Amino acid sequence: MKTVLLRHMQPKQSGVIVKVTATGELGWRIRDMGLVPGTPLHVQGRAPLKDPVAIRIRDFTLTLRNNEADHIHVEVADGS
Amino acid sequence: MSASAKEHLFALAGNPNCGKTTLFNAITGARQHVGNYPGITVEKKEGLCSLDGHTIRLVDLPGTYSLTAYSLEELVARDFLVHERPEVVINIVDASNLERNLYLTVQLLELGVPVVVALNMVDVAESRGVRIHCDELSRRLGVPVVPTVARRGEGKESLLKAAVQTSESGRKWEPLRLSYGADIDPTLQDMEQIIEEKGLLTDLYPARWTALKILEEDEQVLGKAREADPDLTQRLLSLAAKVITHIQKTLDSYPEAIIADHRYGYISGLMRQGIVEQRWRGDRLLWSDQIDRVLTNRFFGPLIMLAVLYGVYQITFTYSEIPVGWFEAAFSALGSWAESVLPEGPVRSLVISGIINGVGGVVGFVPLIFLMFLAIAFLEDTGYLARAAYMLDRVFRIFGLHGNSFMAFIISGGIAGGCAVPGVMATRTLRSSRERLATLLTAPFMNCGAKVPVLAMLIAAFFSENRAQVMFLLTLLAWIFALVLAKLLRSTILRGPSTPFLLELPPYRIPTFKGLMIHTWERIWQYVSKAGTTILAISVLLWALMAFPGLPEEKRAVFEKGRQEVVAGLPAEVRAPLLAGEDPASSDPAVIQAATALAELSRQEATEALKYSFAGRMGRALETFSRWCGFDWRTNVALVGGFAAKEVIISTLGTAYSLGQVEADQSLSLSQRLQQDPHWKPLTALAAMIFIMLYSPCFVTVTCIVKETGSWKWGLFSMAFNTTVAFVFATAVYQGGRLLGF
Repeated sequence: MKTVLLRHMQPKQSGVIVKVTATGELGWRIRDMGLVPGTPLHVQGRAPLKDPVAIRIRDFTLTLRNNEADHIHVEVADGS
Repeated sequence: MSASAKEHLFALAGNPNCGKTTLFNAITGARQHVGNYPGITVEKKEGLCSLDGHTIRLVDLPGTYSLTAYSLEELVARDFLVHERPEVVINIVDASNLERNLYLTVQLLELGVPVVVALNMVDVAESRGVRIHCDELSRRLGVPVVPTVARRGEGKESLLKAAVQTSESGRKWEPLRLSYGADIDPTLQDMEQIIEEKGLLTDLYPARWTALKILEEDEQVLGKAREADPDLTQRLLSLAAKVITHIQKTLDSYPEAIIADHRYGYISGLMRQGIVEQRWRGDRLLWSDQIDRVLTNRFFGPLIMLAVLYGVYQITFTYSEIPVGWFEAAFSALGSWAESVLPEGPVRSLVISGIINGVGGVVGFVPLIFLMFLAIAFLEDTGYLARAAYMLDRVFRIFGLHGNSFMAFIISGGIAGGCAVPGVMATRTLRSSRERLATLLTAPFMNCGAKVPVLAMLIAAFFSENRAQVMFLLTLLAWIFALVLAKLLRSTILRGPSTPFLLELPPYRIPTFKGLMIHTWERIWQYVSKAGTTILAISVLLWALMAFPGLPEEKRAVFEKGRQEVVAGLPAEVRAPLLAGEDPASSDPAVIQAATALAELSRQEATEALKYSFAGRMGRALETFSRWCGFDWRTNVALVGGFAAKEVIISTLGTAYSLGQVEADQSLSLSQRLQQDPHWKPLTALAAMIFIMLYSPCFVTVTCIVKETGSWKWGLFSMAFNTTVAFVFATAVYQGGRLLGF
């Protein structure tokens, strides 16, 4: 297992959130949407210009900008 | 039965996209929009309903994911709960997206307000193989849980019954006592005790909640606490500071993050305890994902989006032409009728030019607004608008805007020929305030349908060989100006970090016809009743500027004398009809010549009257500035008139150049006249086009800006800012062109 930033995940890749470093309003918004450590997520895809990224989490689809995804550390399987 | 005689106050709370507004409509039948784009409900909505003799006042709170102090919607919701103390909060929870929806529920329970949960969209959950055991959920949460299907109105009566029962059971505010872990719990306990003892804000909030908010560093609660008791707040803050540093050191985290983790931990715990039964594995988003695979595809996505946006534009502007035509015909018939019954004079002029044209102007926009809102509501309710924002965000973020700014720009005339009035209203789909303001202030730079004929007239006069190219160039320029100036605003007066994007892509849904209609009707009513009156008043004011003061007696006498001289040599029986402006009945060349001369005289008189009016004087006074961009008083007065509506520029120029009535769609005579005028050169025309494109929005748009921002400040700002921008660029073009020898 290794930890990567959500920004660097590939479409169709899955993982589990291990850490969220955002503070302030962004931190709140990220947590309000259920992005807390221990939550599994799956990268659905990216917008045509590669940003934002769409993820599947807790039964819904959420999109966030790459600079927001930079605050989210995800544990993924090696080699995936 | 005294309890049942009084009015009950209930509030409706829930996430965006959970069906809250649909349920509100189903219960109250009130006019209220159902949106699929997160956070459209910003206003507080109320409705009345009755159940078994109880009267219930239901307040629809803004859709929120949380109860922080960061967004206006959340503060509105929170303050309502605390200050208005509704007897029960009906919390609508999307059964097909239970975990995230329960996050708000937990926060409501922490606040302690009596809650009844409406478990909505149970049908959707069922169809995906998910069964939720309401009784078990109710037992675990300690509040009633009622299954509902808001779209069909199912379960609304049992929901209201449960709410009335809860309210009559006399349940007090009782905060849910969650554990937030060994690092936080002891301090929280201490703080709670201190707050309770000293009574800090206990008239508003439960002590534990205040303690929790201080740990979360909630600005609003901290502000109130400091106001009430600064010393005590300091003491509590120092207690909190210890926990904060400890958590930072040991866990590299923050109390608010730990608290959120525990809230989700509590929810996950609930989920595991036999509440959710997965009867078969059906991905609830399967369908939606399949659609998204095409609609947000890297190649097809943008193409389809362009087609959809072009479709919205076409529907809005093509289909509105027919009813707009009816209204125009009706109002011009009304005008003719008024002309026939009222004696000539200022009253007739006021009624026709001021009031009938003013009301016609207000009503003329109604079909546009109707179709625009219908189209946008459809895109919103289906869920497509969120996808468009997702695909376009990267482009618009460069300019400090948001993916959804696109819609406002397109409607305003991003494809030449839109209208800034519905465009400004379309910014309602933007949730973040700075991005929204920047969008609605720059959208009027687009070439709307009223500017297009004016630009076309100037193009026909001076650039007739490259009409299409010049028009395309102007459209491109409008985009460049709008985006660059948006960036300028966002880096100066609207500076600030962009609001977090984090946008939910709701599953695609088929909108309900009733929801679309209620929403659209409500918007039109708001426009007519609120904006309409202001628009009418300004319309009368502008009419007065152009009509008063009338020509002085001696100048009128000069024209009158001229007329008498023209008809002097003619037989007596043709004089009277000629002077009354009727077509000559005779084919005698002398009579026809006289008629032509008379018409010329009255056109000159109109020009003189315009020059003499307040507007004309303003036009002449403005020459001090306007000669920098090459405009004389005639152009100036036309631009002043253009504030009423941009197409008025053509008719006012027509009067100023003594051409008589010039209609916007038949401006050939004006084109030819300007071509021959020594004052007008291609360079002047270019400067004028730049100015017309950029200067103050028409007052209907300004009124809408005021209504949308809730302040005259932004309306006045847009007039001043846009006119300054227009002046600077028109001057630069004109002076630069002259230096280059054009």
